[in-house]
Order: sequence, then C-alpha cells, then structure tokens
Amino acid sequence: MTDHILSQNSPAARDIDIARSRETRRHRFNAALRYALLTGVGLLMLYPLIWLIGASFKTNSEIFANPGFWPESPTLDGYIKGWKTSTPYSFGTFFVNTLWIVIPKVIGTAISCTAVAYGFARFDFPFKKVLFSALIATLLLPNVVTRIPQYLIFRDLGWLDSYLPLWVPSALAGDAFFVFMLVQFLRAIPRDMEEAARVDGATTWQTLIFIVVPLLMPALISVCLFQFMWTMNDFLGPLIYISSVDKYPISLALKLSIDTTEAFEWNRVLAMSVLSLAPALAVFFLAQKYFIDGISSGGIKG
Amino acid sequence: MARLQLRNLEKDYGSFRAVHGINLDVEDGEFMVLVGPSGCAKSTTLRMIAGLERVTGGEIRIGGELVNDKTPGDRGISMVFQNYALYPHMKVRKNLSFSMRLKRRPAAEIEQATQHVSNLLEIDPLLDRLPKQLSGGQAQRVAVGRALIKKPQVFLFDEPLSNLDAKLRASMRVRITDLHKRLKADGQQATVIYVTHDQTEAMTMGDRICVMRDGHIMQVADPVTLYSRPANTFVAGFIGSPEMNFLDGTFEGENSVRAAEQVIVLGDEFTKRISGRSEHVTLGIRPQHLRIVAPETPGTIKGKLTHIEFMGHEVYLYVDIGPKRLIAVVPSASYDRGALRDDWVWLSPDPKGVHLFDRQSGENISLAI
Repeated sequence: MTDHILSQNSPAARDIDIARSRETRRHRFNAALRYALLTGVGLLMLYPLIWLIGASFKTNSEIFANPGFWPESPTLDGYIKGWKTSTPYSFGTFFVNTLWIVIPKVIGTAISCTAVAYGFARFDFPFKKVLFSALIATLLLPNVVTRIPQYLIFRDLGWLDSYLPLWVPSALAGDAFFVFMLVQFLRAIPRDMEEAARVDGATTWQTLIFIVVPLLMPALISVCLFQFMWTMNDFLGPLIYISSVDKYPISLALKLSIDTTEAFEWNRVLAMSVLSLAPALAVFFLAQKYFIDGISSGGIKG
Repeated sequence: MARLQLRNLEKDYGSFRAVHGINLDVEDGEFMVLVGPSGCAKSTTLRMIAGLERVTGGEIRIGGELVNDKTPGDRGISMVFQNYALYPHMKVRKNLSFSMRLKRRPAAEIEQATQHVSNLLEIDPLLDRLPKQLSGGQAQRVAVGRALIKKPQVFLFDEPLSNLDAKLRASMRVRITDLHKRLKADGQQATVIYVTHDQTEAMTMGDRICVMRDGHIMQVADPVTLYSRPANTFVAGFIGSPEMNFLDGTFEGENSVRAAEQVIVLGDEFTKRISGRSEHVTLGIRPQHLRIVAPETPGTIKGKLTHIEFMGHEVYLYVDIGPKRLIAVVPSASYDRGALRDDWVWLSPDPKGVHLFDRQSGENISLAI
C-alpha cells in the first residue's frame, strides 16, 4: 500500500520520475553525440585505407577518373597482374624473401633481448652501469650515423647482398630499445618468484626459461609485434644491402613496380600494397588479443 | 641430522654492516623464531641461510656441512615467502611439483608426492587452479605445500602470515605448528626457522625465540624464559603487551629504589635476585604486575589515574607519575571502579614481576636466582 502511494500518487515521487526521465534523455543524447563524433573522426582517419582497398579493385584509368572509393566495375586485374610483377619472379617470391628476414629477426630479437635484459635487470657485474649507459646512449644515436661504418663492416665480412646484415645485429640484442623496454618491465616484476625458483633448485637458465620468460610474455609479445611491423616496413635496410632482384623483400618489390619504365600501373601497386599490409594487420590483430590478455593477467599481485 | 649453526655470521651492504657476527644454534626438529622490529636484519639472516644473500663473513652449517658457497637449491632448505611467490603462470599442481620436475623425478613419484602434500594441507580441490584464483589463505597453504614437497632439512619462513587478516593468521598459526608437530611425529626432519615481527606469532609458535636488534642477537630463549627473565631492556620492552613500564632510578638503601621522586620498596626477596650493583638502574615492571593498593601505603607508587580502558576481561589503567606514564593491567573482576579518572591511586609492584636493569648497558641485573 505504501509502495503504491509512493510510486503513483506522491508529488515528490512524480518529480523524481520526471527528473529521472530527463536525465535518461540527456544521457542518451550525449551518448549519440559522442558516438557520432567518434565515428566521424574514425572514418576520416580510416579513409585513406578504405580508399586504398577500394582503388585496388579499380582499373588504372578509373583511379584518376573516379575520386570515390567504391569501384564502379570492380576487377581483380590489379591483383592478378600485380602478383605476376614485371620481373621473372611473382610477388610470392618477395613475400617469402620478407619472411626470411622477418622470422630470424623476430626470433633472434626475442631471445637475445630477453637474455641481455635479464642480465641487466637481475645481476650485478663489473661496469654494469657504464655498459647500461652505453646501451641507452645508442638509443639516442641517429641511425644514419652508423649506416656507413656498418656497411663497411658487412662488406668486409662478405655479407652484402645477403639477409645477414638485416637480421644478425638484431639477433645479438642490437636493438637497444627492446632491451631497455624489457629491462624496465623486469624491474617492475618482484624477484620473489625467481628466488623461489632458485630455492626450488633451478639454475639461472632454468629460472630464466621457466619463470622469467612466462612472466615477461606480455612485454615479449609487444617486442615481437614491434619488430615484426618495423621489419616489414623497413625500406632503407634492404635498399642498402640487397642488390639482386630475386632477393628483394616486399618493401623493395613495391618500389620496383613504380620504377619500371612503362607507365605506372597504379592499380597493381595499390593491390600489392593491400596484400603487403595484410600480414602486418593480421599479426597485429591476432597478437592484440594476447597482448591485452597478457596485460590483464600479468598484473602480479601477492 | 639437520642442525643449523651460524658462526660469526656477518653481512655488509657497502660500508653498512647489517649483521654483526651472530652465533646461533638451532637443534634438529626445533622451531626457532627470529623476531625483532623492522630493520633488525632478521630477514637478511634468513636469506643468508637460504643462500639468496651472499655471506660477508662467518659460517653457515646445515647438518654439520658448511653451505656458505652452495646454491639455494643444494642446501636442503625450502622457503615460504611473505607474498607467497607462487609462479603465476603455473597451476597449483605445477607450482607444487616444480622442484621435483626440475630434478626429473618419475611422473608417478611426482603425482604421489603432490597428492600427499595436498591432502596434508587440504588443498587438493585447488590443484587445477591458477594462483590468481586463490584466496590469501589458500595461496599461503600452497606456498607451504611447495616447501613441504621438497622434504628439506630446514624450513625457512619469511613473515609468511603478515599478508593475511587477523582471523586467518590465527588459524594459520595453529596449522603451521600442527604441521611441524606432525612432521616430527612422522620422523621427518623438520627444523624450522621462522621470521616474524609479530611477538604474538613468536611467543605462540616458537620452541625457542631469537630476539634481534640492529643485526645483533639480544637473547635466545624459550617463550616463558623470554617473558619472565628478559636479558635486557630491549627484550623486556619488545616482548609482552602492553609494553613493560620502565622507570629510571637509583638504589635507596638495600631493598628500595628511588624513581620519579618516590621510594619504591621491592623487599628482601627481590634483593637476593640482584647480581650486580650499579648506581643508575632502570626499573622494569610489567603492567600485569601492578595492582592498586590502599591509599598512602608506604613504599608504593603514587600517581594520577588519567585514562581507563575497558578491554573486556581486563582493564588498562594509565597512571601518570610526574612526567612518566605507567600502564597497569588489572582483571576486570578485581577492578571495582573504586578509582575514577583524575583520582590519585597507589600502585604496588609484585616483586616477582619486577626487573632491574643497568641503565648504562641495559643488562638485566636481577636474574641471580
């Protein structure tokens, strides 16, 4: 009875109802506005990519005739001809070539940077501070400065026109940024687990492999992700060291289609660009899940 | 044989000396508690025994064997950490068996040991959970299980209960002491070194207690001795709650002490206990050993009652004598509200509970009998 009076008849209750519905309406309006704005800006950011994908299905002449992204008469011509390339090799060769650089580089980076970071974060050894400062200093060094000496070294080693100069330095923890990133991550992980492992009888390497690496996984995934994307996108490295067309990675191969003397076949270039974006995007979206999982479960609480 | 011996054990951090050459013998199967305020190097000492901290000087022997240069895994010890230190990516089962898997024991043996330990600690329903799915008490039990499965010569506990709430702490306390007794009854070597800053834990769990301060051992004794015959002012003040009352004073005649401008008569019985005679002394009286007597009783302590705290079964009386404040704990039954706040009261110390310390050295000089 009291409930009935309160909810139906009391003027105060009616006031509350009115205020509540007004509040709900305002909330909905705000949300709609927010989403409209976000969608608008998001589309604006994505438009070049959307246009790229759309244009890759256009004919070469339509690309310049039709400013919209939707192809009037969609064709796979760009993909088919682009895949064949103007060289004796298909685009598949260049994909495989890229993998020959990316795979050893990513694996090498993950292993070497973990080992080096573990050393810096967990052990005391002579000149540790000096060495770590040197490592950080190389972070600040512009890449261009080391290009020529590096080239000379690799030439003397006889590594020119091979993939070795592209991945060996990274596989020896040459990327100071990743080492630094892992050191910082390790410093935030309490040592108790490693000490417990040592008490359990694990050696230093066993501790690293069975305890530290799993704890480090979120950071390691981001390291691999960054290394993968940066290597896929690297243009200057292959340009300097790779001279035979049959060894070209994707980044150089794309340029190849522009370089030919015949008139640019833009739809082929765009189609191959879409293809070369695909692995990076796929890996990113796959890893993103683990990355987020890693962050949410990596929070080590007592 | 799992006797633990520390000989002149030292630890330096740069120029700072954390542990000052301590000597300690822990007998086989003994439950030894290291207790002291934070920064007293009790944890450092434990970590040196575990091999997680390098020894600067001295010797550590486990079962007679010098282990200074052995790795933690080879010392025959296992350790329970303050924040459990369970491997977060392994299920409880794997956490428990990690040490055995490292040693490549046969799968059947691992399974059997895991079952045995989990039955003992009642954690078998948790075997397939990850550490993050455990409550604090469960995680602590798993951590104890991980220590147990190694069948070590010496168990090391580093403040294992300090992350638990008061109720759970009390039950875990009983569980750990029970476990110790059970292991001993089973004939397993179960020497325990248990570090805590909590005197209740120390008093209730330890066969013997080692009280530490600033890297020195202040006293090693069983709980009763520690309470009734503290070796110095530090131990006297550290053990017991509320803290022992201290009054600086001088001898007045044979059997009285003058403190806070009053003459406190301690009696001839007490005088026999005094081993040394020093000019300046500190009188230590446990709050439980003060009782209210009739006004103007000669040789007692006169003071003003400033606070009365009713604690249930007992009453805390705060009595100011001059600038000093004494606490007296009297049973509620005997406190008849005869004295009220701001009344003058007369307190008589029970000579059996009174200690006399040399003010200079802090040593107890009333331990002759």
